[in-house]
Amino acid sequence: MYNSLSSRRNFIKKMAQLSAMTAAAAMFPGILFASEQEAGIPNSANLDWKKGPCRFCGVGCGILVGTENGKAVAVKGDPNCSVNKGLLCVKGYHQTMCIQSKDRLTHALVKKNGKYVKTPLNEALDIVANKMKSTIEAHGKDSVAMYTSGQSTIPEGYVASKLMKGAIGTNNLDCNARLCMASAVAGFLTTFGADEPMGCYEDIDHADYFITWGNNMAEMHPVLFSRMLEQKTRRGAKIIDFATRTSRSSTASDRSILFEPQTDLAVANAICYEIINNGWVNKSFVEKHCNFSKGLTNIGYGTEDKFNFKDKPEKIDFAAFKAFLNDYTPEKVEKYSKVSAKDIKYLASIYGDPNKKVVSYWCMGMNQHTRGTWMNNLVYNIHLLTGKISQPGNGPFSLTGQPSACGTAREVGTFTHKLPKGVVMNPKHRALAAKIWKVPVERIPAKPTYHATEMFRAVDRGDIKFIWTQVTNPLVSLPKTSRYRPAMEKDSCFVVVSDVFPTPTSDVADVILPASWHIEKSGLYGNSERRTQHWDKMVEGPGETTPDAWMTIEVAKRMGYGDLFPYSEENHVEEIYNEYRQFHEGAKHGMAPLEVLKKESGAIWPYVNGKSTQWRFNAKYDPACKEGSDFDFYGKPDGKAVIWQRPYEPAAESPDAEYPFWLNTGRVIEHWHTGSMTRRIPVLHKAMPEAYIEFHPDDAKALKIRDGENIKVTSRRGSCVLPASVNKRGLPTRGQVFVPFFDENMLINDVTLDAFCPISKEPDYKKCAVKVEKA
Amino acid sequence: MPIKSYLAHPKTGEKQTLINALSLLNGCEVIPATNQDVVVVVTETSDDASDVILKDKIEHIDSLKLLALVSGFNTPQN
Repeated sequence: MYNSLSSRRNFIKKMAQLSAMTAAAAMFPGILFASEQEAGIPNSANLDWKKGPCRFCGVGCGILVGTENGKAVAVKGDPNCSVNKGLLCVKGYHQTMCIQSKDRLTHALVKKNGKYVKTPLNEALDIVANKMKSTIEAHGKDSVAMYTSGQSTIPEGYVASKLMKGAIGTNNLDCNARLCMASAVAGFLTTFGADEPMGCYEDIDHADYFITWGNNMAEMHPVLFSRMLEQKTRRGAKIIDFATRTSRSSTASDRSILFEPQTDLAVANAICYEIINNGWVNKSFVEKHCNFSKGLTNIGYGTEDKFNFKDKPEKIDFAAFKAFLNDYTPEKVEKYSKVSAKDIKYLASIYGDPNKKVVSYWCMGMNQHTRGTWMNNLVYNIHLLTGKISQPGNGPFSLTGQPSACGTAREVGTFTHKLPKGVVMNPKHRALAAKIWKVPVERIPAKPTYHATEMFRAVDRGDIKFIWTQVTNPLVSLPKTSRYRPAMEKDSCFVVVSDVFPTPTSDVADVILPASWHIEKSGLYGNSERRTQHWDKMVEGPGETTPDAWMTIEVAKRMGYGDLFPYSEENHVEEIYNEYRQFHEGAKHGMAPLEVLKKESGAIWPYVNGKSTQWRFNAKYDPACKEGSDFDFYGKPDGKAVIWQRPYEPAAESPDAEYPFWLNTGRVIEHWHTGSMTRRIPVLHKAMPEAYIEFHPDDAKALKIRDGENIKVTSRRGSCVLPASVNKRGLPTRGQVFVPFFDENMLINDVTLDAFCPISKEPDYKKCAVKVEKA
Repeated sequence: MPIKSYLAHPKTGEKQTLINALSLLNGCEVIPATNQDVVVVVTETSDDASDVILKDKIEHIDSLKLLALVSGFNTPQN
């Protein structure tokens, strides 16, 4: 492609341009270069533009991919997509550049005598099916597992669920969305009885205040942050950043308020205290639409194998809730949260002002938390007490990190406890699944088995003897990989990895299956605002690359389940989606027909009478609400949301004399998650070639650590060496270090702790205790 | 043939003036940010001497507040 000098020069020019854009993106949160989308795009009559959603993050920006002679040559934002209105972030522009990476997995590889041997795909699929079958015969159906992804398309997740739960009859299916979204799901279900945000991105155009809870949107959701900045400039909307680290988002916000890790629980309660004690409660809303409950306390952290917890909700009344909050006066909370009583009162006054519209945004900071479900409940409490919910510009909104964490993991239900509609524990939900799948209802087990962390513990214990991972890289992304990498290397478990590029996870595989990338197959994703998005295959993949859905179907057929998977290779996406839609029929979750999704840049469910529902639970906008009601939280039998009494409890592990620093991990704008794709995009890799350990300058000075110096960070689990970063991208609070996790050569998850929220089972990547020393 | 990229920061309220001035220069490609006061500039010249002259011309634009080099490449001529 770049063999002539002139085309080489053009390439270098493009590199120079992208380097500058990437540098600008690091300096100016949410910066966009809309005109660049048009410039430099080949002016060719053969250029064919095809629409789809972006491959990276959960925002779901619409993209247009320009193809010429069967190759993707340009990407631009889709001006007709209401999500991004034609804009894209630095990762979005460059996404297709990774497809032709030299080390692309193009053929199946089977490990023979310790070496990977190129193998015809049909033969590799035979091996996978035979191994899965023989493992079940020898050790039972619960000895096999699948671990999929919030990046799996809707059809991919659906056939994985159907194979495991409907055909084989095991609930050994979980996904990497457990690592990022499970607390949001558990929060929605416990408070509202229905998953996913009630609002949509259009809230940005109406809100007076955006309060971000532990959420660096400028780097992780730059297009949405850009929309917020636009409202800040245009209407004077305010952004308040509430976090444990000063980030690009903090510097672009109107106010940055820092808190001690884990004490967000206490601050949220203190905000509720202030709302109640200042008379800012929307009494009629609360009386009409809310119940009060409390659950168990001192609920543990799940660090031991086979940890089990079940909450026991108990109804309380407003007076009891008010009395509980007496432990959370701003003055009491400031002592351990390090947030001044004045700042707590300031936050409460924003939520409490009946004339101001407020949206709360959060993502990993609140979800990757040993009390993640509680934190989600507490932010809902604030919105419910003030009645600021389910209206344009008013609402709590949990953002997602993956393009189909909502559409696939949560809606199709690729968690151990989930079915495409409802949960395995509910006989009615099992009956519906059995009917649509045409399987005996007894085959679907009623008991969930392994959530993500416990699944890999079961691999380590030898309980799981076959695991198939798709579209995910757990040996970089799991917490405490220092345990799970050796676990996956054990001979006791046969490992199948389906991916686009080699990763540390494929390094331990017995069989590697070559997956099609995003635009090399047709598919559907579902984004953070309940928007379902479809795309058609745009280019051919190299070699024998094949969509994951089709590889799952081929394995199912080889295992003797062909009658349950009667799909055609050409139209399986459409056939599967049409089957899947049956699960969600009705006004509460109806999905748009495929013909609509093919024409439009997505539609928001519930899709009723040809219309998307932008604000759920509000009768003005949501046809599923009871007639005559104003608000109806119909996920709960009595139509009332729950205000939960949830206390502050400490983190699973806190700094002490031996391990005196908090370790916080996260992401950077240049790289997406474990970096398996973005590190193969030259301009992004060049802009951020390696991970680092970020210090507060005072800590660096006290430890005589200079910028760039190699530092060994050690926890009770493991250690990792990284260059120090002082006064650069972000600024952790004193006593805290921050490390991004994208770099497979510097595995910070060897250091993290596999403690999780006992309700959601989502691990906490934001808090554990470490020591640091010069390497 | 030197190829370089810069971030050009305009003086307050003079972003469009800066874009116009940069666009008049030969060997200068301009990509303005949509929502921030900064402009990406990519220069392509035939040799080092021309590169210095072009940079000098850019730096003398009145509406320019700051020019920051981001990357520099050299590639053989056709």
